Amino acid sequence: MAIGRRRWLGVLPALALVVGATGVAAQSPSTGEYDGVTVNVVTFSGPPIAEPLERYAVEFEAATGATINITKYPFSDLYSKALADVATGTNSFQLMTLAAPWVADFASAGYAADLTDKIANDPEIAWDDIMPFFRDIVAQYAGKVVGVPIDGDFTMTYYRTDILGADGVAPPKTWDEYLQIAEKYDGKDLNGDGVPDYGSCISKARSGVGTWLFNGVLSSFVQTMGTGQGTFFGDDMTPLINNEAMGAALDFWKTSMEFGPPDENNLDQQGGRDMFTSGRCALAIDWGDTGVLAIDPATSKVIDKVGAVQMPGSTNVLDRATGKLVPCDATICPNAIDGVNHAPFAAFGGWSAVVNAAADEKTQAAAYDFAAYVSNPTRSNIDVTHGVTGMNPYRLSQFGDNMANWVAAGFSEAAASSYLGAMKDSLDNPNMAVDLRILQSNNYTNVAEDQAISQFLAGELTKEEAMQQLFDKWQELTDSIGREVQAAAYAASLGVQR
Amino acid sequence: MSSASQDTRLESQGPVLSGPDPVSTVRVDAPAKSDWNNPRLARNLFLWPALIVVLILAIFPLIASLVLALSKVSLVKGGFKIDFVGLTNFRTLFLGSERTHVLGQAGTPTLVGWLVFLGGTALLLVAFVRTVRSRKIRPLGLIGRAVGGLLLVLLLWSVATTVLGSGGRPGTLMVTIVYAFSGTLLTYLLGLGLAVLTTQRLRGQRFFRIVFLVPLMITPVGVAYMFRMLTDTEKGPITPLWRAAGLSDFTLLGDPWGARLAVIISDVWQWTPFMFIVLLAALEGRDLETEEAATVDGASKARIFLNITMPALIPVSATVILIRLIEAFKIIDLPNVLTNGGPGTATESLTLQSFISWRGFDLGSSAAIAYTLLVVVTMVGIGYATFIIRRTHSMV
Repeated sequence: MAIGRRRWLGVLPALALVVGATGVAAQSPSTGEYDGVTVNVVTFSGPPIAEPLERYAVEFEAATGATINITKYPFSDLYSKALADVATGTNSFQLMTLAAPWVADFASAGYAADLTDKIANDPEIAWDDIMPFFRDIVAQYAGKVVGVPIDGDFTMTYYRTDILGADGVAPPKTWDEYLQIAEKYDGKDLNGDGVPDYGSCISKARSGVGTWLFNGVLSSFVQTMGTGQGTFFGDDMTPLINNEAMGAALDFWKTSMEFGPPDENNLDQQGGRDMFTSGRCALAIDWGDTGVLAIDPATSKVIDKVGAVQMPGSTNVLDRATGKLVPCDATICPNAIDGVNHAPFAAFGGWSAVVNAAADEKTQAAAYDFAAYVSNPTRSNIDVTHGVTGMNPYRLSQFGDNMANWVAAGFSEAAASSYLGAMKDSLDNPNMAVDLRILQSNNYTNVAEDQAISQFLAGELTKEEAMQQLFDKWQELTDSIGREVQAAAYAASLGVQR
Repeated sequence: MSSASQDTRLESQGPVLSGPDPVSTVRVDAPAKSDWNNPRLARNLFLWPALIVVLILAIFPLIASLVLALSKVSLVKGGFKIDFVGLTNFRTLFLGSERTHVLGQAGTPTLVGWLVFLGGTALLLVAFVRTVRSRKIRPLGLIGRAVGGLLLVLLLWSVATTVLGSGGRPGTLMVTIVYAFSGTLLTYLLGLGLAVLTTQRLRGQRFFRIVFLVPLMITPVGVAYMFRMLTDTEKGPITPLWRAAGLSDFTLLGDPWGARLAVIISDVWQWTPFMFIVLLAALEGRDLETEEAATVDGASKARIFLNITMPALIPVSATVILIRLIEAFKIIDLPNVLTNGGPGTATESLTLQSFISWRGFDLGSSAAIAYTLLVVVTMVGIGYATFIIRRTHSMV
């Protein structure tokens, strides 16, 4: 997951050379196959994600004769721009890079082409190499493949190995430990510049990515029985956001601000990453991007000083019948590790390339082939090791024992093991939490939840008022869209039958 | 008199803009050019294209957005559908889940709040009674003033409870009003001050005239990013100054009124040149004879400015304030970039709220908010034109 603007321009030429050299050698569609075919691609104004698309567009054009045009919009506008384009029948774009939670809106209305057959007959995509979660849940809607994964996303907790290691402090396993560690190092000089630094840095700006990060905290209080249980709704689509679990998550969110930069509630994603990689924070919560940005010699002051663990958890979890927090035991927390319930959150779920169903067959084929070209492991296995691409691991071959790419990118073996280990722990956790993927997910989380949390942090609403406001808004949205429709979509997104 | 003889008489008087039948004048006297000189043709030729453009670009979108405001747009296979829902979107905004977002949270008025409310209400009452007693007003005008007065009383109560109320907070409507009026007032005062300064015989006068105009040339998004950097106590260009002042743990944008103040300051910085350039032109175009006579008579500079210069500027001021006020109501770029409408919803204007709804593809709510803004701006504009512009023109 990468949305912010990055200062990686200096790295681009080198990356282009490295990836280009390997990319040319990879399998490509035959020359001239798409002569005269134009594929307009819409993505967000990177460089992340947009950078590899633009780089590979040149290669793909040379190899196939197709014309690839890349149009970029700010992240906050991308959803509405793409949706308005297909909903009004304008269909300016034949390939859309979309966040996983948005795909339901496009797939349910028939705007997304069914790629099942194409993928089944395409060795280029190396479909079996894509991790089961991204292949079987994120990429699919109602049993059909509607997106080509080009990125994999989990939120993780980063910590400074040099600082914590020197004091013999273990990375946090619970949110309480997170706060204790953050408090311990808050106000200390963590990068040797003589200026006091911060215990924790989390992007909490409104209209940013804070809601995704927050839900990674919430999930560990709410979801205990495995991925199929879900984090956001009960069986009757009653929102699980007006209870002690939500209250505990909000408390953590607000308390962590005491150990963060003064403008943390206006800190955007890139700002948070810059704070951590410049050595100003002991702890941080982010997607995989911080790990690869931390090895950039041009901007990072924490090279080889960063460890990663899966998101901390809680020893108290939600009793869904009463709405109260109860201590974890073997019955209610069957997946707990040492009595701590973790529910690593597949926040955002990664970027998927979705082909417009309204495009003609040849253009659809070209659009799909371009997406597959980008996703091909020969290219993506190198891309995920470079922060500028915004791509995080989503293929089996990007994990495993093959550290060569990661070490070549600048990781030490220990740092790479820590980084990939945190992701692997998350992916292997049977209680992994899936992001909300129902109709108008964007309005549930990025609008309503984002507003309520932001108002709570600003002191405009009390905890109880924020929870009630959000509960009412989600109920209103569900009733407006259709409770049964949403219940079916929610169950499908969790991969369960209800 | 026959029409022919009448036409002949009118023709002999030269160009005629009005008369019993100017059209026939042309027909009789210039039959060869009748097609091109026909005013009816000219009217059609010049008026209709403009009218069609206005219809397409203004009226049609206005109607379309009204339809959207009364509808729910949902996605269906292969397209979208629009269901008429009546006033549901407006009900949600003013009575439903968005009520506190738009109208704010009312608290208990503080002493200042009560003073503002009671003082303002008393002034309105006095003005209304004087209007009634003057007997120069028609019944319809009286009703209009009564409704307008009532709305102003409600506005005062809203100010007293949300802005000046203990435990209250303003909604997007009040925040927009605060932006509009404070921004307009401050830009006017600063613009006037700068205009007066640059009409003095000072060194570098031309240089400063150009420099003062620069902010107007910058895109609002650029202005917002600039102020975002300036208010960043962590890594902005003036971070050393913040640290030297012991404010490294403080951020203006973290506090609701601090963030609103930042928006207002950046808005004022951007728009002061607009006021400046218009008022400068008015100052330079004024008749100086009266001021020179007053100087000869021994009047002080302050008195000349207040009693002669300012009255001469009133017509221009009234117009430029109206233009700026309407523009200020539509503010979106600055709060969107500077704070994303935060912290919470503290800096969110109506336009930004509408934009956020649109971003979530909630087109019905977005259009309803836009229409609310349209009504507010129209009412303020009509009220301003009725009470201020008319009076200022009658003063001159």
